[in-house]
Amino acid sequence: MAVPTPGSRLWAGDLTLAYDKRTVATDLSVAIPDGSFTVIIGPNACGKSTLLRALARMLKPRSGAVHLDGGVITALPSKEVARRLGLLPQSSIVPDGITVADLVSRGRYPHQRLMRQWSKADETAVAEAMRATHVTELADRIVDELSGGQRQRVWLAMALAQETPILLLDEPTTFLDISHQIEVLDLCADLHEAGRTMVAVLHDLNQACRYATHLIVMREGEIVAQGDPAEVVTPDLVRQVFDLRCEIIPDPQSGTPMVVPHCRRRITSPA
Amino acid sequence: MNVRMGPWSLRVAPRALAVTALLLVIACAAALAAISTGEFFVSVPDILTALFGQGTPVAELIVSKLRAPRVATGLLVGAAFGVSGAIFQSLTRNPLGSPDFIGFTAGASTGGILAVVAGGSALTIAGGALTGCVVTALLVYALAFRRGVQGYRLVLVGIGVNALLLSANSYLLTRANINDAATAGAWLTGSLSGRGWDHAIPVALALVVLLPVCAAVARPLRMIEMGDDSARAMGINVERVRAAAIVSGVLLCGVATAAAGPVVFVALAAPQLAQRLTRSPGVTLASSALMGAVLLTVSDLLAQRLLAPTQLPVGVLTAAIGGTYLAFLLRKDRH
Repeated sequence: MAVPTPGSRLWAGDLTLAYDKRTVATDLSVAIPDGSFTVIIGPNACGKSTLLRALARMLKPRSGAVHLDGGVITALPSKEVARRLGLLPQSSIVPDGITVADLVSRGRYPHQRLMRQWSKADETAVAEAMRATHVTELADRIVDELSGGQRQRVWLAMALAQETPILLLDEPTTFLDISHQIEVLDLCADLHEAGRTMVAVLHDLNQACRYATHLIVMREGEIVAQGDPAEVVTPDLVRQVFDLRCEIIPDPQSGTPMVVPHCRRRITSPA
Repeated sequence: MNVRMGPWSLRVAPRALAVTALLLVIACAAALAAISTGEFFVSVPDILTALFGQGTPVAELIVSKLRAPRVATGLLVGAAFGVSGAIFQSLTRNPLGSPDFIGFTAGASTGGILAVVAGGSALTIAGGALTGCVVTALLVYALAFRRGVQGYRLVLVGIGVNALLLSANSYLLTRANINDAATAGAWLTGSLSGRGWDHAIPVALALVVLLPVCAAVARPLRMIEMGDDSARAMGINVERVRAAAIVSGVLLCGVATAAAGPVVFVALAAPQLAQRLTRSPGVTLASSALMGAVLLTVSDLLAQRLLAPTQLPVGVLTAAIGGTYLAFLLRKDRH
């Protein structure tokens, strides 16, 4: 039986996660350390996005429960949860012809009511979210006409405007080129430094090591290892989880672990 | 633009407000024109005295018994179609997701024709139409259901059911005797002629009950347009909002069809026209309702006066006017 973990507002005990008849994970327990930048990583179809979706109450567990601030998350009022925990889903649909400012404003929904649609606090939160994500200059642009990197920053701004102390991100860098990936991750690191608990599903192990303060490594629906990336990521673990032989060297920029895969083919240098 | 009063605040887009006001003015003007002009002219002051029962008997008959209920039916039916179209276009995130394309109106027609063939009164025809609409909606929903209902599936299934029902309708008409077929045929084009208060009042009641529901789900519906996960992350109970919206949309479409017949194109065009004029992101309910009312009232005015004394069924003109105007706006969209 899983027990509450001190220092974790968000934790899950004995989760069984399934889509229809396909079971993705059983007896999964995990705690998200408060104030951490937690990154969940693992091979394709290991259940990392499923776990994140369960933590964000998008997926109801078959058994077990996700707990937020001492209560079972699905039993708490949904709008109340939305003021504490935000989610940037893997894909969202941009409404036709919406401007950046309008889209970011929609992040205020959980703080609003029919007769309180736009308070001073809403205005400040939206302005602050746009400033933090560097989209203030784009405020009047149509979101559809932005580049992929700009659009992702706008979505992030919407999630920020929600002003939740915990923010979950489902593969926020997919579909972005490398410079925009770094831009988004740097932004996440800034948000983490500003005091938010961040949880992200990422694909790139090296990026995960560089940005995470807490790494959760998954394979086939199980958590194989978790902790500080510097202690967790070893050649053995990479072989066990990704079926990849590699060596680990310190990242020349950040000093964090960097995975260099072994060559399977002999590479001949050009003459 | 923000309006704040103590703890209350409202957010309104100036352009949407202006368009809504303008539509309101046009609707009133068209309604007045429809009541005052025609073979027997009634001046505006005479209309008012007649409506309050102080006018001449002739004016009172023409205004209160003939023209006013017809105009009221037009306004209400147009608004109901407009809102219903807006709801389904929002739910399916697709302009083609409006009730006249996904089988609901065709189902109402089937119900109406069956009632005509069974020799029913105006009331039975209305009941048949409403039943047909609700049954079709249930069928489309059940066929499209797979772990919840996705927009494009609903549209595809709806278009299939629509085709099926249209051929069933044609078959029923060929089997009916000539008088029934003529009655059904007139009803099928959608018409406001001869509509009395007994047509207008049920639609009014439906709107009184359902519009507050629609107003309550309008904001969450717009959030759901961004995707189910995005909406849930904002604390919206997606299933409940969607169910309330579907029930309201189906009933509005059914009641409107019951009153005026399957008037084509209002449900499709009104939300699209409203959205383009207000330049608001996504579909908006209030302006769609007004646009639907304007579209139907203006069309009916023209249908009565354009080739007078020949009277056209309003359905002929809604398609012509709405279609032309939408094509014009779409052309402008390309910049």
